[in-house]
Parts: sequence; structure tokens; C-alpha cells
Amino acid sequence: MLAVAQLTCQRGARTLFSGLSFTLPEGQWIQIQGPNGAGKTTLLRVLAGLVQPREGTLTWQGQDVQECRAEWQRALLYLGHHAALKEELTPLENLRFSLGLEAFPVDEAALMEALHRFGLQEREHLPVRYLSAGQRRRVLLARLLIRPAQVWILDEPYTALDTHATQFLSTVIEDHLERGGSAILTSHQTLGLRPGMSIAL
Amino acid sequence: MRRDLVLATRHKSEWLTALFFFVMVTNLLPLGVGPEVSLLRKIAPGVLWIGALLSTLLGLQRLFSSDHGDGTLEQMALSPVPLAWLVAGKMVTHWLVCGLPVVLMAPLLGLQFDLPARSLGILVLSLLLGTPILSAVGALGAALTLGLRGGGALLSLLILPLYIPALIFGAGAVEADLSGISPQGHLSLLGALLVLSVFFSPWVTSLALRIALE
Repeated sequence: MLAVAQLTCQRGARTLFSGLSFTLPEGQWIQIQGPNGAGKTTLLRVLAGLVQPREGTLTWQGQDVQECRAEWQRALLYLGHHAALKEELTPLENLRFSLGLEAFPVDEAALMEALHRFGLQEREHLPVRYLSAGQRRRVLLARLLIRPAQVWILDEPYTALDTHATQFLSTVIEDHLERGGSAILTSHQTLGLRPGMSIAL
Repeated sequence: MRRDLVLATRHKSEWLTALFFFVMVTNLLPLGVGPEVSLLRKIAPGVLWIGALLSTLLGLQRLFSSDHGDGTLEQMALSPVPLAWLVAGKMVTHWLVCGLPVVLMAPLLGLQFDLPARSLGILVLSLLLGTPILSAVGALGAALTLGLRGGGALLSLLILPLYIPALIFGAGAVEADLSGISPQGHLSLLGALLVLSVFFSPWVTSLALRIALE
């Protein structure tokens, strides 16, 4: 379980949010809403540990994240705005290296299957340079299927996806919640997911 | 690190540029100074070292900026593997791509300056000890200037002064050997610099990267 208490974050002189508290139990998800520039991405980056909050604490399984950073980083999967893909490498190589970067074992068959499930058949060996924005997004999202994590932190995961992929992503998230995982995501779309909590910034 | 090596092989132009830059700089100077053998032999260590120094600078700018641009750096920072360790891997790659070719090319270019075989050996040894320093210290500079506009020029301004000790002792070792003194003192100091920079740089660089990511 992830618990956030009295989180305050400042960017320059502007306070983005203050006194933010919530808990995220297993099997639940939170949608973070707010207008552009409200601090949704910053909040996600704070939760992921990329940005230090001005005030407030983050606790993971009852422990302060500052003290169990390694466990928290192992438990979370953060997918940001960026595709985090190398243009010169193929989708397969990109996934392989991203797992390697985090010292997770690589299962070639699982990588292939993840790419196929996201509709990237026959694109596995094409450099990412030649893929469209939606396809790149799918390569990134394929990590959801191969990188084990309890908490998914997804920044605008539905961007650039077509209707089919949008539905598929929703079922992937639904499966994840079913297995007792949890998710935090920002999105402007209404999602075909089970009812979850929502936070407005 | 393996990923970076694969990337480097896909980006052949990058390290070939560094190598050709080294060859050009070291070739242009004698053309400008004139073909006097004694003079050439005298300036050879300095010229070769400055060439090596400038050509490592070429690859530094891209060391973190492409990873920063596409979000890979965020994923690295979030990895359960310590960031300093990943940074060390990137430094090693930078050295393999930008430093090692220069070291291997140096004796050939040294011949042009009529350096005796013994001094060529010392030259290679000094570059072998010195170029990793350039990569390690340069990575820190690259991390500090990450995300700044005009970071490239700032990087050179920031890093070149820090290269001075390596330059002095590196070129000094070859000069000492040329004038018949033992180069051991210079090389030992260079080795000490190497140990210091390789030990501390990944750690400090990873701190700088975390700041750049905020």
C-alpha cells in the first residue's frame, strides 16, 4: 500500500499543490485530473522519486520511501511523457535493454509475446525510427507486460493510441488491478476501467 | 553499457568524427609551424595530447543529452541498480568509443613528429592513463551542463581547465622521456589522478544528473 501524507510541491515561486494526502490500497487505481500545467506530471514524478517534494512523506508498505528506496523502485513502474526509446534500436532491443538496465531477467519469448499483444507483429526488428507515434507508444507500454511491478505510475498512457489499443490498454490495466496491483495515472480521457478514486489538482 | 556500445556501432559517424578530428588537429599544427624536425619533436607531446583532449570533448556533449531528451535517463534514475554504477558504465563506453581509438592512433601520428620508439611507448602509456581521466571528468561536466541552452560551449569552458593537470603530466611524461629524464614521476601522478577521478566522478556525476532531472 502506498500512502501519501501532506505532500507539498513548489516549482520556482509557484506552489503546485499543498497538503495533498491519499492512500492507494492494492487492487485500486487513482486518476489524477486537472487542467494543463496543474502539476499532474510533477506529482507523478514526486511519487516516482524523481523530484523531491518540498514537504510531506511517502510511505510504501508502512516504510518511509526515503529509507526503502530500492524496494520502492523495484515495486514501481513509471512510464513518463517520453517514449524512452532509442531510435536506432529495434523494439525488441529497446525492451531488452530497458529490462537489463533495471537488472531484471530477460525472457525473449515473453518480450516477443508482449510486442505481439500490443499489435506490433513484424515490427520487432524494425528500428524505432520508422515507427509511428502510436506504435512507439505501444512499444513503451509493452513494458507493462514484461516488467513485474506492484504499482504502475503512468503519465498520459492513452496518448496517441487508436481505439483498439486504448481498449487493450484498459484490459491490461484491469488485469493488473485484478492481480492485486495498483495504478496511478493521468488522463484527459474517460477510461473504460472499473470505478477508481480520483484526485483533482 | 552494452546498450551504449550497440548504439555506438549504429552511430559510426560519432566516434569516427572524434578520431578524424584527432588526426586533423595533429596534422594541421606541423603544417602551420613548419617542417623543422627538432621543433616538431619538441612540440609533439603537447600537440598529441591537446588533440586527444579536444577529440574526447566532441563525444561528451551527447553523453547524457540524448538519454535526457528521450526519457531514458529518468528510467536509469529509477532503476534499482545504483545510478552511479550506470554512469560508470557510460563513462567506460565513452572511453572505449572516444578514448581508446585515440590511444591506438597516437603512435602512428607520433611517427610523423619523428618521436623515437621509446617515447612512443611512453606516449601510449600516458594516454592510456590519461584518456580515462578525460572521460571521467568530462562526464561530470556533461551532467552539470545537461539541459542548459548553449550547454556545449559552457561544457568546454567548464571542462577544459579541469583537463589541465592531465595535460601537464601526460605531455610532461613524454617530454621528460625525450630530454632523457625518467618519466616515472609524471606517470605516477597521472595514475593518481586516474584513480581519484574514476573513483569519485561516477558518484558526483550521478548526483548532478539527479539535480538535472528535477
